[in-house]
Amino acid sequence: MTDLQKRSLLKLAALSAVAAAALVGCGKKEEAAPAAPAAAPAASAPAAKAEPLKVAFAYVGPVGDGGWTYAHDNGRKAVQKEFGDKVVTSFVEKVPESADAERVIRDMAAQGNKLIFGTTFGYMEPMLKVANDTKDVKFEHATGYKQADNMRTYDSRTYEGAYMAGVIAGKMSKSGTLGVVGSVPIPEVVRNINSFTLGAQSVNPKVKTKVVWVNEWFNPPKETEAATALINGGADVLFQNTDSSAVLQTAEKMGKRAFGWDSDMTAYGPKAHLASAVINWGPYYIKAVGEALDGKWKGNTASWWGVKEGAIDIVSIAADVPDDTKKRIEEVKAGLKDGSFAIWKGPITDNTGKELLAKDVVADDKFLGGLKTYVKGVEGKVPGN
Amino acid sequence: MDSTALLIAATLSAGTVLAIAALGLLINEKAGIVNLGAEGMMLCAAIAGFATVVHTGNSWLGFAAGMAAGAFLAAVFGVLVIWLNTNQYATGLALSLFGAGFSAFAGIKYVQEKLPEQPQYPIPFLADVPLLGPALFRQHPMVYIAMALTAGLIWFLYRTRAGLVLRSVGESPESAHALGYPVRRIRLAAVVAGGALCGLAGAYVSVAYTPLWVEGMIAGKGWIALALTTFATWRPARVLLGAYLFGGVTMLQFHLQSLGVNVPTQFLSMLPYLATIVVLVLISRNPLWIRVNMPSSIGKPFYPGA
Repeated sequence: MTDLQKRSLLKLAALSAVAAAALVGCGKKEEAAPAAPAAAPAASAPAAKAEPLKVAFAYVGPVGDGGWTYAHDNGRKAVQKEFGDKVVTSFVEKVPESADAERVIRDMAAQGNKLIFGTTFGYMEPMLKVANDTKDVKFEHATGYKQADNMRTYDSRTYEGAYMAGVIAGKMSKSGTLGVVGSVPIPEVVRNINSFTLGAQSVNPKVKTKVVWVNEWFNPPKETEAATALINGGADVLFQNTDSSAVLQTAEKMGKRAFGWDSDMTAYGPKAHLASAVINWGPYYIKAVGEALDGKWKGNTASWWGVKEGAIDIVSIAADVPDDTKKRIEEVKAGLKDGSFAIWKGPITDNTGKELLAKDVVADDKFLGGLKTYVKGVEGKVPGN
Repeated sequence: MDSTALLIAATLSAGTVLAIAALGLLINEKAGIVNLGAEGMMLCAAIAGFATVVHTGNSWLGFAAGMAAGAFLAAVFGVLVIWLNTNQYATGLALSLFGAGFSAFAGIKYVQEKLPEQPQYPIPFLADVPLLGPALFRQHPMVYIAMALTAGLIWFLYRTRAGLVLRSVGESPESAHALGYPVRRIRLAAVVAGGALCGLAGAYVSVAYTPLWVEGMIAGKGWIALALTTFATWRPARVLLGAYLFGGVTMLQFHLQSLGVNVPTQFLSMLPYLATIVVLVLISRNPLWIRVNMPSSIGKPFYPGA
């Protein structure tokens, strides 16, 4: 205690300035390539004449959030490692999804970055605006749907991770009731809840899923309260589509089980943790930067990567999960990779009994992108529908 | 029946954070000082408490660290507004913003940390009483501390001479000054005590309620506590009641969702605020009540000798 107190006392005056900076956000960091100008050109002849490609990332959260932004920054590090001194990557963290985003992105372009990644839905309009003004810069926008000649979109199939978590949940639940803490009722989250339930039903057809929405992406006390309500309602395995580890920790505290989301959260609840569904942005970022380096980059496209491309995985499966379940997870992964298995394959009905997918029909991306109802087994109704 | 007991237990636990912070702010305001920095103090206390528990493993030391952090920030605030007569509202807002930024900065290293497992605190025998046991007697000690604090504060404010002096400083600092009371020091003491309680509430969030540290984790509870003191017309028992009411409706909306009651969740999210405002406005609709209970010099600077 005293340590921290003393520190805050000593630094109080100086730190008001730092705090102000932190509030305005946008801690700017540049990670130069380990410069070896003499040695490198010999190795890669075509790149020798060229300046290193400057690549910038705009993050919505701090890189230390342990979830969404942390995962993106790991992707950036993978790019730097892959291409060494051929690229210079930099990032600006905590860029609000507001007019500030446009200013930051414009600034990135002005500083000579030729490839810019925006990693949250809210950057869509600002990014498009800047893209229209600076045609010589390439833009990559995560989770959006608007494109241009010099702007394209990418996303990850988080629902595949949700499905695999569901397989484990269905096996490990004793009460047969699963609980999901939902963030904001948009198709992506509804899809994850449904996929989680489909996964659970694949091993235990009688399983039920209760959903509690908190209407926020990040609010640990609220996430805790929602998780408590689910456990009190009989759920013994929890899953969340929110950004903190609060749900896992609540499960730990109350002796139930839960999952990590976006990144490996084992450490937050070692006893409760069943597995973590993680996103690995590295492969996509490496591909995109590689295309930009080779001049093969094209706008007006959308990428949606999953297990197949190495973007989604389920890791750190708990020791007490039976071997046949672990084997089943491996089968799902293999099936998703070679295309022999589809999560969204009929017959699938919604929870009012209406048919969503007829027998043997496999859902296309358009169907998945517009999903607005719960599948059979999920209780209640999607808010606003 | 069992779920009712669990709902009550969750309500008490959720209301405790607000109750402790709001009681602290009540002490401030009874002495005539409005500290809008509650959110910032709670955030700094949350990281101070969390970091302490990470290093020592003792949650009680964590609570003490949180109180010290809150008290320290409140003391800085107090010196600024009481001696330098800076505007209370602007200074409080600055403290809130500073606290949010500073706690994020100080907490960078602790984002991935976890706390050692916490002990359970069932009260012997009582915890096993059916219904009442799970509802009331398996709580974190802080829940009972909040209740005890309320009782203690009622006794202090309305039954002791020191409490009378504190209130007189909030009502009419000039008169208190004329009677020879050190108005500024009394106000500072009240501000520091209030800061310590806000700190305790903040540390309770990061150490016991949601045992983790992430930036901005207080998520507005400091502001709700501020509003609560006003809606509760500066009466400690009502503050506690309001806090439980807010906690109760918060938990109720999640329980309703998990029971599958078909109400738009956006509406349910609004309910705790709505219910708290409606009920507290109803119980305090008598204007005389407000006039009697509201410290007359609240928010006003005091210049001795002026």
